[in-house]
Amino acid sequence: MWDYIKLIVLGISAVLAAIAANFAHDLAYMVNAWVVMLAAAAAFVWEIRHVGEPRLHPADEYMDGVVRAGVIATTFWGIVGFLVGVVIAFQLAFPALNLGNITDGVLNFGRLRPLHTSAVIFAFGGNALIMSAFYIVQRTCGTRLWGGNLAWFVFWGWQLMIVLAATSYVTGGTQGKEYAETVWYIDIVITVVWVAFLLVFIGTLWQRREPHIYVANWFLLSMIITVAMLHLVNNMAIPVSILSSQSVPVFSGVQDAMTQWWYGHNAVGFFLTAGFLGMMYYFVPKQVERPVYSYKLSIIHFWALIFLYIWAGPHHLHYTALPEWAGTLGMVFSIILWMPSWGGMINGLMTLSGAWDKLRTDPVVRMMVVSIGFYGMSTFEGPVMSIKAVNSLSHYTDWTIGHVHSGALGWNGMITFGALYFLTPRLWNRSGLYSLKLVSWHFWLATIGIVLYAASMWVSGIMEGLMWREVDANGFLVNAFSDTVAAKFPMYVVRGLGGGMFLLGALIMAYNLWMTVRGQEARAPQNANNLVPAE
Amino acid sequence: MDTYSLLREFADSWVLLFLTLVFLAVFVWAWRPGSRATHDDIAQSIFRHDLKPAAVASQTKEA
Repeated sequence: MWDYIKLIVLGISAVLAAIAANFAHDLAYMVNAWVVMLAAAAAFVWEIRHVGEPRLHPADEYMDGVVRAGVIATTFWGIVGFLVGVVIAFQLAFPALNLGNITDGVLNFGRLRPLHTSAVIFAFGGNALIMSAFYIVQRTCGTRLWGGNLAWFVFWGWQLMIVLAATSYVTGGTQGKEYAETVWYIDIVITVVWVAFLLVFIGTLWQRREPHIYVANWFLLSMIITVAMLHLVNNMAIPVSILSSQSVPVFSGVQDAMTQWWYGHNAVGFFLTAGFLGMMYYFVPKQVERPVYSYKLSIIHFWALIFLYIWAGPHHLHYTALPEWAGTLGMVFSIILWMPSWGGMINGLMTLSGAWDKLRTDPVVRMMVVSIGFYGMSTFEGPVMSIKAVNSLSHYTDWTIGHVHSGALGWNGMITFGALYFLTPRLWNRSGLYSLKLVSWHFWLATIGIVLYAASMWVSGIMEGLMWREVDANGFLVNAFSDTVAAKFPMYVVRGLGGGMFLLGALIMAYNLWMTVRGQEARAPQNANNLVPAE
Repeated sequence: MDTYSLLREFADSWVLLFLTLVFLAVFVWAWRPGSRATHDDIAQSIFRHDLKPAAVASQTKEA
């Protein structure tokens, strides 16, 4: 019965998408309608070939297939996102690479930039979070994922959202909000998938067979709930037509700006920090085979982060139409945030106490430690930049870009690589990684790449900040904007090279993970999951 | 008094006090006497159930 309902829904979706594509008002909508039509048709064919098959969900086995899919998706989207990042880095250094005359603007910086940010944050980071949440919540609750195949719906729904967003950006679809560029109907897809994610997670917690909820799950749950709230409020908009990608936001003026940066900063705070701290609190103790340094400190870390982070957003709007008290509030809370952040960093690093020798022998541990180090550095740099006096120099310059990337590449990237190296041998039941030497290569390429990136952006950012404010004896500005653009060229080339090294490291990781699965024999199965073919 | 002013007055006083007290209570709760054994047990929980879900406690608890 359920199978037939799914078939009917998928069939109707494909037909409606085809009709919508025919009557579309703009290119982005039409391309997205085609994508929906193809996805619904593919799902329809898959369903019809599996009608009536029993879907087994044995309560005494973990649901690891969806986590395996998450490992593949995270690796794939990571490489796509890094590649687009390297392309746009070189577009800034060499504007001819925009290829404006050939591609009619489809591949210019303005369209590829949201493609890059969404690919690394929501495709790479989002898949890493979904994969880790599904793995961690099962192991720490001692129970199978709740909701049958709902976890698969989350996985495939998220991939569909990514493809819709990517095809929308390059064809001109955007609602002009940073990190929330997705147009209204993609926002609805995100909401549906995210609610399903929440249900799977809470359902699994609900039927846990451990008396307590491990701290990693607290961080992951706060990430899911807060992101849902942020997404719903910031994307309140009224579509101009059901056949158009355009919409009109409900807020306007400074209220809209404040809502956007309340969203934007907490997307960093909860998506890229709380969620990845959940990964840290599970994968670091597991990899070093010691419990977390202080469980009490982890409780304080969690609640302090929750209480403080949500107020820090206004620091993105210093010296604007935003009331000054709001900016001051954001600045003060950003500075107080330094404390819980460093508490968490110390907790993560001290987990290695008594096992520091692993830094020498295990490159995966090294990766995780560097990631925690970058967490500490960027959560120190962030509060400094939120101070109004510093912000008057750093805002609108490349310093901000450098800060974001030391957090994103260093903290989010490195902890995700650590999680991928941790998960792959376990999920495919291999005795270990294919090559630790290649992990070391990845580690050094990524670390040196980040250092090149961050250092060149510091130099470039402070230089342009100082050039913009330089006045002569008569009070006239000394430099034109174009002078700063010309002066930044060498730093842009170095930044592109740093990004290229980071990408090369990720490609080495992909090869290493592939060979871990395909180049080695599986061990004797330890549970039913380990019998599945490498897929 | 309009709704905004009323809510703002309330937020600036009682709600602020309430949230601050809850925040401080978390610290007290984390360091409450006798919690060490519990916390050690939770910290160790990641080393259990690596390969299989835990055994079902009672027959009625069927997933």
